[in-house]
Amino acid sequence: MIILEPSRGWVGLKLQDIWEYRELLYFLVWRDVKVRYKQTVLGAAWAILQPFLTMVVFTIFFGKMAKIGSDGLPYPIFSYAGLLPWTFFAQGLTQSSNSLVSSANLIRKVYFPRLIIPLSSVLAGVVDFLLAFTVLLGMMAWYQLTPSAPIVLFPLLLVLALITSVGVGLWFSALNVQFRDIRYALPFFVQIWLFLTPVIYPTSRVVSLLEEVGLPGWLVGLNPMAGVVEGFRWSLLGTATNPASILLTSTIVATSLFVSGVFYFKRLEKTFADVV
Amino acid sequence: MSDIAIKAESLSKEYFIGQTNVAYSTLRDTIVSAVSSPFKKAKALMKGHAYGAANLQESIWALKTISFEVNKGEVVGIIGQNGAGKTTLLKILSRITEPTEGKVRIYGRVGALLEVGTGFHSELTGRENIYLNGAILGMRKFEIDQKFDEIVAFAEIEKFMDTPVKFYSSGMYVRLAFAVAAHLEPEILLVDEVLAVGDVAFQKKCLGKMEDVAKEGRTVLFVSHRMGAIRNLCSRAIMLNQGHIELSGSVEKVVHEYLTFAYKKDSAFTSQVEEYEGSRDKDVRIVGFQARAIDAKGGHPRTGVGAEFLIDYAGRARKRVGRLYVGIAVKDILDSGVFFCSTNMKRSDFYDAPPRGRVICKIDSLPLVPGRYRVDIKLIDHETGGGYMAASASFDVGDSVDSGVNRYASHKFGNIIAPHEWMLKELEEAET
Repeated sequence: MIILEPSRGWVGLKLQDIWEYRELLYFLVWRDVKVRYKQTVLGAAWAILQPFLTMVVFTIFFGKMAKIGSDGLPYPIFSYAGLLPWTFFAQGLTQSSNSLVSSANLIRKVYFPRLIIPLSSVLAGVVDFLLAFTVLLGMMAWYQLTPSAPIVLFPLLLVLALITSVGVGLWFSALNVQFRDIRYALPFFVQIWLFLTPVIYPTSRVVSLLEEVGLPGWLVGLNPMAGVVEGFRWSLLGTATNPASILLTSTIVATSLFVSGVFYFKRLEKTFADVV
Repeated sequence: MSDIAIKAESLSKEYFIGQTNVAYSTLRDTIVSAVSSPFKKAKALMKGHAYGAANLQESIWALKTISFEVNKGEVVGIIGQNGAGKTTLLKILSRITEPTEGKVRIYGRVGALLEVGTGFHSELTGRENIYLNGAILGMRKFEIDQKFDEIVAFAEIEKFMDTPVKFYSSGMYVRLAFAVAAHLEPEILLVDEVLAVGDVAFQKKCLGKMEDVAKEGRTVLFVSHRMGAIRNLCSRAIMLNQGHIELSGSVEKVVHEYLTFAYKKDSAFTSQVEEYEGSRDKDVRIVGFQARAIDAKGGHPRTGVGAEFLIDYAGRARKRVGRLYVGIAVKDILDSGVFFCSTNMKRSDFYDAPPRGRVICKIDSLPLVPGRYRVDIKLIDHETGGGYMAASASFDVGDSVDSGVNRYASHKFGNIIAPHEWMLKELEEAET
């Protein structure tokens, strides 16, 4: 038996509902993956070309011309290892923030836990990530970099990037239903966030800047993507830094973003069909 | 208790619409409001109010304190004019939107068809869309696997299963969409006006499928404007009007009441003539129509009592009409013909008729079941050839005590009471 009545205030998460609809989640991810590069000449190659070409541009301008340091790594692989999680995050964030509005028709006509929509648009990015990841493996072989023990933490870092992306995406997608301002602010917001994240420059530079003014270095981890990027380089490429405190900070921030995002989303969920 | 499928208790739904115009008296007010409103909106948003960025303060109640019960296995039609709240009701029952007040208990798995082809993706093939759409409608993958062949056969598009649906004709697209939807098998099915798809043959097939569903003993709530479909499928009907339940009961009664009600709202029908067709140079115009009883009481025509139809016309330019033909077609409110009378039929076209006049059609004993009828009237000057004028009007047929008929047949069985007698004769044993 189901009882339908008005809900008030903060509502329960009803996570079993999402479990119930897991097949729909699977199909939506599958649809996004299938459709993403339909009617393109290069197809899935785009998943590789985007971070790769960005890496080339970064290497020319930031690595060669501006001579930004790279923690002793060759700049191409240094920036690519940063771009990889960043692209996954930025794509996921953009897709999920717009996901509810672009699925307006579904929301108005069919019931299912709405959380599935932004979640599926982030998860669909995992396929792109894996494709681009093969290039990183190739580059690691080229530069003869062998990962050490921390590589076992690598999957957890992907989860951290995922949680950050979904967490922010939930806030933005729910807000976007009500305020279409989000759509216009988003590209700008993502760009600023890129500069705040040590993708182009090494984390060690930020840490030393912070320490110069007497602040602890782990503050850089308040940006969860800083933790993810630094963690990637550390676990895969074996940079000499020890980012444990940064990673811890990032995990806490990402988790709180995610949890608050889920609750906020659930609270607004009931209004989506009427407003979108 | 176990035989109840849906129980709704004083269900209400409020929607925020439009925008109240606040008059700004000074420039200062305008600026203050512009600055403060984003904060107000943000505050409202944190509280989870629905209206978001739009300043929507006026509201309407799409549904207001609706209570009803539906038993298991019942097929209930929901009828009402546009904006009566039918779709809102289905949206609440299917959990798409929450009621503002009230409560619904639903016993069983609900499947809703508010639209066919929801979530179809034009880049995906027919096969892929079957799985995607099925999942969106709430089917499990194994269910879709099981019914896949059936769905393809129903849609009649075996050859195009691996073609992206964007290359489908609109008919193929709709057939595929309906085929998926038709194979949804929840315990409680909610269907909005979705049967009006495809060509006539496919529509018949869809209706047939719906009949099967109804016969299988599943609970169905069916919204439609097509009274024929409602009458065929449903045993009971609920008529909504402006968010209230106007009437609930047997499908015959409710449908009839709805149609009568719908016509009554139409003010053009108070035996006023509405021109709807005519040649450019109308030689004659219909200027009035009346239907009345011709016994001592007068008034509305009544069953079994003599009646007359009065058609007033006016000729153009005060010319006499060479050869006046008049025809009237009486139809029921479902717009199917009941009977037809014409001057031609009786070989009595009026020759050299006056420029203005009243044509009277007299019927000795009106054989119509009480209710509302429409009449289409046609006037032609046969001499000038063409130049005709048509109009329609409506009239009520009342009940009559002296009609000699005790209980009128339901409209379900026809609108005519044929003059008839009953008698009984005993038959002799057949001699061998």
